Amino acid sequence: MDLLLKNVQLNSSLVDIAISDGVIKSIGVNLQEDATRTLDCKQAIALPGLVDLHTHLREPGKEDSETVLSGSQSATRGGFVAVSAMANTSPVADTAGVVEQVFRLGQSAGLVDVFPIGAVTKGLKGVALAEIGAMADSSARVRIFSDDGHCVFDPLVMRRALEYVKKFDGVIAQHAQEPALTVGSQMNEGFVSSQLGLKGWPAVAEEAIIARDILLAEHVQARLHICHVTTAGGVEIIRWAKSRGIAVTAEVTPHHLLLTDEMVRSFDPIYKVNPPLRSEVDVMALREALAEGVIDIVATDHAPHAAESKDCEWQEASFGMIGLETALPIINLTMVQSGLLTWEAVADRFSYAPAAIGRYTNHGRPIAVGEPANITVIDPTQIWRVDRDLVSSRSRNTPFHGMELPGVIVATIFKGGISYEAVS
Amino acid sequence: MKHLLSIAHLTKAEAISILNTAQELAKASDGPMKKLPTLRGKTIVNLFAEDSTRTRISFEAAAKRLSADVINFSAKSSSLSKGESLKDTAQTLQAMGADAVIIRHGASGAPARLAENRWMEGSVINAGDGTHEHPSQALLDAFTIRKHLVRGGEDLAGLHIAIVGDVLHSRVARSNVLLLTKLGAKVTLVAPPTLLPVGVKDWPVSISYDFDEILPTVDAVMMLRVQLERMSEQFFPSAREYSHYFGLNSDRLRVMKPNAIVMHPGPMNRGLEITADSADSARSVIVEQVKNGVSVRMAILYLLLAGSSEEIRS
Repeated sequence: MDLLLKNVQLNSSLVDIAISDGVIKSIGVNLQEDATRTLDCKQAIALPGLVDLHTHLREPGKEDSETVLSGSQSATRGGFVAVSAMANTSPVADTAGVVEQVFRLGQSAGLVDVFPIGAVTKGLKGVALAEIGAMADSSARVRIFSDDGHCVFDPLVMRRALEYVKKFDGVIAQHAQEPALTVGSQMNEGFVSSQLGLKGWPAVAEEAIIARDILLAEHVQARLHICHVTTAGGVEIIRWAKSRGIAVTAEVTPHHLLLTDEMVRSFDPIYKVNPPLRSEVDVMALREALAEGVIDIVATDHAPHAAESKDCEWQEASFGMIGLETALPIINLTMVQSGLLTWEAVADRFSYAPAAIGRYTNHGRPIAVGEPANITVIDPTQIWRVDRDLVSSRSRNTPFHGMELPGVIVATIFKGGISYEAVS
Repeated sequence: MKHLLSIAHLTKAEAISILNTAQELAKASDGPMKKLPTLRGKTIVNLFAEDSTRTRISFEAAAKRLSADVINFSAKSSSLSKGESLKDTAQTLQAMGADAVIIRHGASGAPARLAENRWMEGSVINAGDGTHEHPSQALLDAFTIRKHLVRGGEDLAGLHIAIVGDVLHSRVARSNVLLLTKLGAKVTLVAPPTLLPVGVKDWPVSISYDFDEILPTVDAVMMLRVQLERMSEQFFPSAREYSHYFGLNSDRLRVMKPNAIVMHPGPMNRGLEITADSADSARSVIVEQVKNGVSVRMAILYLLLAGSSEEIRS
């Protein structure tokens, strides 16, 4: 055996897992296997390796804030075995050449599977379709297309995109933001924005696009994925769509499950993010929706930024926060400890469901004999303090700096090897 | 009190202390010796990243009457216009030994960033930030109202004040709502619904879309500047329609209470939100607001920099 995981909790029982050639070979109590490497997990929980459908790895073009390698290191430290890299790089991932480059960079980093997301439209401009077919056929086998950071606002372009990707069972991941309602918007529109004098970002700007695209997806019988849902109203619309059997899936970020627009009172742009932090009512609705499965998955929207783009006035600052290394502890805090999700359900929201949406067939597999050995081991009881100076990401823009979070990633097993191991 | 960033951070007692100090300083200014030695040796920087003649001059006059050294730093001639970050500018001022920075900035929250980010150690005074706040304006407005309408009290209890116009984009309105209500006044915002923020329903104010209905009940009416570009942004159909419903004119002056006063933070758009005869009428205290501004700003500088700030710490 290559690797023996001792004393891991699997579906509430304590077992050992033996791994060889990237595959789970046996699972049992007190396995007596000879292994090149043995890792005592001290009763930590084993989850199927986490899959994140929404990250920004910034390469090519913004290597000062992140690279595919540093993003992979950050991901594996957060317990991820696969991440999808958004298309808003420079140049934009709107051709087969760029997605293949990102895919190859991921493979040579070798810490997680990096699945490039292709742009829906050329240059993310929302006008003309990108080379969607070529990206799907490339060695990167792109199945998710998104203009994330920008909304595919033209309803006809959105309709065509939804239809076009049906050819290869693809999905359009929409960044739902009506641009005309959000010109210069800085934060959630509500009581706090009214007091701070920061231009409001109304919930309806998100909800109107969600509603429109759900109707389009129903009309053309295509798959639609809604990125980073943030509003209670958006949840209601998606609930309605699912009750009608429309093929819509949705994601929520850890930060939208924990933080509210009250944080903006500090004017610290570390809390500036797109879509913006919303109200307490929205946060509670999102938690409920994730528990029910109305929202299918957790995705980080990991968005690294160089220090200077946050060390400035609010309105000058960039949108976005990093999140790979804090994601699972925040889900533990907001969803598991609050009794809304079991660990089995966390496995669904964080591994099975995202892998299914992306059609990543080697991921989101159960921890069972014969399955690929992609495993996340977490000790949910250990508390740690987030320190932005100690992250693996090349950027430090975490809003959780100084917070104590429950849950330490003990190890990440990727294709049968230890890609990350906590120093004990 | 080290900084003055927002009226929200002031207690009622602190606000009243500023008004009372301003009153004392106003008396001194009316005497033969206009200049006091209080802040001799202190360096105060006027950091104006946005055009503002009256506020800058008012702070400069206040600082000079307290014998402080004043350095003016305006965006057009400064490194801010060359793309230097606010942080670098702040650190430069810090290195030069500024005891206080008075900042006017187009970005809401810029003074808070200066003060709370350890970019510099001196006091930070918000002289207007984006559409957030303009605390010294609200304090001079409260001072003016108290002087005219309050006999024998320190706060503004029992008064009804209307703030009329573009509340959505007005830092003056935000600071005044906080301060006037803190001081016990009833505040009614009068504006077309497009120029009120969505969150206004949770503000401690009444809302009216009907200027004529409110006008006979108010003790002071505070007119806000309406910027003409709001018209192209579809906040209202035309300047004429705006003036018709929300402008102050001589007909409207006539329905006001006998002692009611007319205020405007300036600069005025004569003919848009206020007619010339209203601005120059006997009810108008607009010029006096400017005069009181110097006394109130002297009080702010005095309390922040002269070492007696401990007394009014919350």
